[in-house]
Amino acid sequence: MTIFGVPTQALFGQLLIGLINGAFYALLSLGLSVIFGLLNIINFTHGAQYMMGAFAAYFLLNWAGLGYWWALLVAPIAVAITGIVLERLTLKRLYQLDHLYGLLLTFGFALIIQGLFRHQYGSSGLPYAMPAELAGGRNLGFMFLPNYRAWVIVFSLAVCLTTWYVIERTRLGSYLRAATENPALVQAFGINVPRMITLTYGFGVGLAALAGVLAAPIYQVNPLMGADLIIVVFAVVVIGGLGSIMGSIVTGFGLGVVEGFTKVFYPEASNTVIFVIMAVVLLLRPAGLFGRAS
Amino acid sequence: MATTDRYVGATLPAVTGVSPPHVVAFLIMTTALVAAPFFVYPVFLMKALCFALFACAFNLLIGYVGLLSFGHAVFLGAAGYGAAHSAKVWGFPPELAILFGTGAAAVLGVVIGALAIRSKGIYFANITLAFAQMVYFFSLQAAFTGGEDGIQSVPRGTLLGVVDLKDTLTLYFVVLAIFLVGFLLIFRAIHSPFGQVLKAIRENEPRAVSLGYRAEQYKLLAFVLSATFAGLAGATKALVFQLASLTDVHWTMSGEVVLMTLLGGLGTVFGPVVGAFIVVTLENYLAQLGAWVTVVQGVIFVVCVLTFRRGVVGELGNLLRKSL
Repeated sequence: MTIFGVPTQALFGQLLIGLINGAFYALLSLGLSVIFGLLNIINFTHGAQYMMGAFAAYFLLNWAGLGYWWALLVAPIAVAITGIVLERLTLKRLYQLDHLYGLLLTFGFALIIQGLFRHQYGSSGLPYAMPAELAGGRNLGFMFLPNYRAWVIVFSLAVCLTTWYVIERTRLGSYLRAATENPALVQAFGINVPRMITLTYGFGVGLAALAGVLAAPIYQVNPLMGADLIIVVFAVVVIGGLGSIMGSIVTGFGLGVVEGFTKVFYPEASNTVIFVIMAVVLLLRPAGLFGRAS
Repeated sequence: MATTDRYVGATLPAVTGVSPPHVVAFLIMTTALVAAPFFVYPVFLMKALCFALFACAFNLLIGYVGLLSFGHAVFLGAAGYGAAHSAKVWGFPPELAILFGTGAAAVLGVVIGALAIRSKGIYFANITLAFAQMVYFFSLQAAFTGGEDGIQSVPRGTLLGVVDLKDTLTLYFVVLAIFLVGFLLIFRAIHSPFGQVLKAIRENEPRAVSLGYRAEQYKLLAFVLSATFAGLAGATKALVFQLASLTDVHWTMSGEVVLMTLLGGLGTVFGPVVGAFIVVTLENYLAQLGAWVTVVQGVIFVVCVLTFRRGVVGELGNLLRKSL
């Protein structure tokens, strides 16, 4: 069976890979967006923190004997704590300055973290076994679906939608949105805005680490796994519109799928298609697909 | 609306005309650079000079327009490919190869600039970075760049049919001349009426627009100028090392030029030169240590941003109460 001259097996296979990549794009760009919304900085350390999440899972397994399911809970919290320390000690001191300094500082931290991990663990990846419960797969008739990949897509979608719900539909989220609009006024109402900023940064970092844990069994645990990925995610964020929660989720998954299909129909462009889309979006809608014009 | 002193580079002394300290500093720099190859390995110096010109070009954009481009390696690398390809495959003489490479960077500057210039601050950094990554992937796949191998053993040729560039010392003085011409042209641009308008736009864009300046055209021209000089540095570098490779297009190179300029002093005339020499020297000493180079670069970034935002030359200028 073929569609446009492409075997359906290949087509659905790439669709699946696209959805997996899209899940990571969505989780990472969601974290970037949440952080950007409140802190007004682009967190360049995001890719390194994603990598730290994967390494945390690896350490938990090999040092503490805690498996995948524990890692899913503990690794994001542990990495989020390092993020909170970083925010308290350094980022906090830059809020009065041009936001570009925040970008440069987090870029510096990304270099330090990636350099240290590369020094310790080299550039070749470390293996991380798939949880036994999710090994194997099922035959859907038109394609073979590995269980773990299905789990990644469903779980990350659930995390993304929960985050969206909390921010857009709950009281806590309303504080957050209000502080994004006007921090001084929210502070005047007696809400501890600096603490909220710290926790928001921690949450965004935690999302990156969670993506790292999810990625560990699929890709190997590698010190540079987040270095190039994060630049694609930056493009995803620009396309979706910085600071837009739903925009991040939709464009994340959407662009993953587009990239997957490009691999089938025009493989040469699969690395660049997202950047080309970004150029087109910038020409037509400079604020991004879901962004508000400022 | 942000107040002016929050803009990058705006904490520095105002840009005024050519002052005696500039002349003195320029004479010291030129003398040192003329004498240097007799004491230091000339190839190392040429590398530093190419990066110094690259950093000066980058500084034109961040220091005087307040735009942080995180994809400037594209212009360095693309010009390198242009020069290397035209010299090796088409047999261009060095002067034409450099011109061709520089021209290629300028064209790329117009295209990327036109798309990116409408955005500001973080968006601008993000967008330039993404375009740079796109060009990187293109270079990885295109046939003429040689992919992972790059373009190797590029002939240095004979300059204007007279000067044989195989001699390292001769080549050094040619590179020094290119650097000085580039440096002085950038200096001229900064201190021209055009440069004053750029500064006005950096300080208060709506006001500059209300005074009748077409801010976007000024910014685009500054972007293209910056890309062109970065290209000049890249084309020269390709001939010096007889190599054009992916390293020069990668985003780590874009990060390096930010580091050089930040360390030397954003928005200072001589800062990028000083920063480039420090970073190139450091990398030379740390080269055996592998991943530690990245760590050291990261530490410099963090320290500069947290405590040393004026950079070496900026602090020096502040100490002497002179604009350098």
